[in-house]
Amino acid sequence: MVGGPIRIYVPCDAAAISVGADDVAASIRREANRRKIDLELIRNGSRGMLWLEPLVEVETGDGRIAYGPVADGDVASLFDADFLSGGDHALAHGMTEQIAYFARQERVTFARCGVIDPLCLADFEAHGGLLGLRKALAISPTEIVDVVVASGLRGRGGAGFPTGIKWKTALEQLSDEKYICCNADEGDSGTFADRMLMEGDSFSLLEGMVIAGRAVGAATGYIYLRSEYPHAIKTMRCAVDIWREAGLLGDDIERSGTSFDIHIRVGAGAYICGEESSMLESLEGKRGEVKVKPPIPAISGLFGKPTIVNNVLTLATTPFLLAKGAAHYNNFGVGGSRGTQPFQLAGDVARGGLVEKAFGVTLRELVEDFGGGTRSGKPIRAVQAGGPLGAYIPTRGFDVEMDYEALAKAGAMLGHGGVVVFNDTVDMAHQARFAMEFCEIESCGKCTPCRIGAVRGKETIDKIIAGENRAENLEVLDNLCDLMTNASLCAMGGLTPMPVQSAVKHFPEDFGG
Amino acid sequence: MAALIDKLEHAPARLICGRHDNRPDALLEILHEVQTAEGWLSDDALRTIADALNISRAEIHGVVSFYHDYKRRESAKHCIKLCRAEACQAVGAEALAAHAEKKWNAPTSGNGADNQIELEAVYCLGNCALGPSAMIDGELFGRVTPERLDALAEQSIEKAERG
Ligand SMILES: Cc1cc2nc3c(=O)[nH]c(=O)nc-3n(C[C@H](O)[C@H](O)[C@H](O)COP(=O)(O)O)c2cc1C
Ligand code: SF4
Ligand code: FES
Repeated sequence: MVGGPIRIYVPCDAAAISVGADDVAASIRREANRRKIDLELIRNGSRGMLWLEPLVEVETGDGRIAYGPVADGDVASLFDADFLSGGDHALAHGMTEQIAYFARQERVTFARCGVIDPLCLADFEAHGGLLGLRKALAISPTEIVDVVVASGLRGRGGAGFPTGIKWKTALEQLSDEKYICCNADEGDSGTFADRMLMEGDSFSLLEGMVIAGRAVGAATGYIYLRSEYPHAIKTMRCAVDIWREAGLLGDDIERSGTSFDIHIRVGAGAYICGEESSMLESLEGKRGEVKVKPPIPAISGLFGKPTIVNNVLTLATTPFLLAKGAAHYNNFGVGGSRGTQPFQLAGDVARGGLVEKAFGVTLRELVEDFGGGTRSGKPIRAVQAGGPLGAYIPTRGFDVEMDYEALAKAGAMLGHGGVVVFNDTVDMAHQARFAMEFCEIESCGKCTPCRIGAVRGKETIDKIIAGENRAENLEVLDNLCDLMTNASLCAMGGLTPMPVQSAVKHFPEDFGG
Repeated sequence: MAALIDKLEHAPARLICGRHDNRPDALLEILHEVQTAEGWLSDDALRTIADALNISRAEIHGVVSFYHDYKRRESAKHCIKLCRAEACQAVGAEALAAHAEKKWNAPTSGNGADNQIELEAVYCLGNCALGPSAMIDGELFGRVTPERLDALAEQSIEKAERG
């Protein structure tokens, strides 16, 4: 141990705070004062082992030792057990990075999350931050785009569009103004990776956005951040201030000739604003109505200018591509799904949290090996993968590999990587009804199959649940779903049938079948 | 006409618009700020914003009614948002919401009898591994059982009363 006070880490991540991390941090400070112990308390992001939150870490010569979940009332006993020297305690888990859940991951996008203080630039740089940006500032825009193309990175927001191709299109547009818009609307139930990254490694997103700006010739960036994330909003606002102060945003960044600034815009509680054209309307101060494509945003987006819309994770991964080279990233994954995916385990799961793995891991490994089954102890009945528009998958389908192609073949989708576990008390007819209800609540209203279809769908499922002409109404529902799939303008109406039809198909017994 | 506009003038809204250079693309931010300051969006505030940004009241109405965050009714003293999305449903969010409605005699999206508590449904707070999730007066809580919700709400009320 090098000199100086002992370092203690208590996450400032919203999930950790939701179960008492702020109180634990305050107690540790109080107890240290009382015992006249000099310690440095750092508020890091979360390591993603959310069932252990608040997870307190102590830095030792060999690495960090984890204690969790720590409650306010445990703090005195931790001091008594000499946790500051890594002492044994009922809540001790040994070295954080040797906990199986963590050790078995491939952390690329989340390599720094939970390790550093998200608002300490020195810490960021000491852990590889700015390497990618500096590389990007030293090469030409075309060369940057080539790296992104070669990496095989696909958008992590849900649609999985190849990022390099999007950037190339925007680069090719001749325009006095272009924009980089970061989609931080993360509305999918069961997902929280964007939030965790913004709260745990905020600068990596800024780094990715400046790289994107240089790559396509944009000078202005917006982060469209949902209002449900007050902690992330606060952290990102601070992060932008710090970067402006450090000259990493603004004119002529590090004398490279590249100028770029970032503004944060807060959403207003509309799920559809995660859809890119709706998000751009919202950024212009309007109703978030979906627009007909073409033109695609890379050609005509915000204020009619060429615009890159990318998810938080997509942008935050690009510094790695530049720093380590495209091949390094491309080596992870399978088939057309290259790299790593941050999966999020949620719902009734014993070990919920973030698991970043190369594509190709199976759903069973995620739910059983990482997740450890249900938190309630009841048997698992289903998983919903890919958010509210994703399919319900029965346990017999758990051997599916979690990549774009394999999931599509199984009638499911990856979406933003959410995996929500349901136990055997779940009523699948009720879940199907909710999918329609959610579509009704969140539809932008622009097209009929979605706006009216969702209402009719809900009513039809109500009839099925009530036992009214079941066979006929199941057929009506199926036809309606086909219509919504084929005739909706965007994936809101177009994919709502996925949870509905997968529920009917895999769990007919819940629909009186 | 001038007299009428004067009478309907909403000074805080006018000030907030000015801080955003009266730019129409800042409308969402302006609405957020007015709502944070006033608790809700009154007719007067919306009229003043329309005038300041030089857009029609119909347009403002279109925006306000599109987004779930904006409130056109006066808020209660305390706001409890309960996540009703799938990951929280999987761990009992519906039962929690039913408990809350009964306990405070308030419908979801409505105020309780004495305007003390209002309940709102939200769809995901990004805390899906530690559900059911709730946000009470802007603070996020996880693993919220009915008992924990009662205790947390009480704490929030006490905190406000202490000032
Ligand atoms: C209804 C709907 C909701 C969406 N929500 C989000 C979201 O919250 N975050 C996101 O990044 N993409 C979301 N998307 C996908 C975006 O339209 C877009 O594909 C994405 O932001 C592009 O970035 P990427 O290529 O980096 O994934 C949504 C799409 C639809 C149809
Ligand atoms: S499918 Fe639904 S959300 Fe999408 S454009 Fe049509 S009405 Fe709007
Ligand atoms: S589903 Fe409730 S917090 Fe995400």
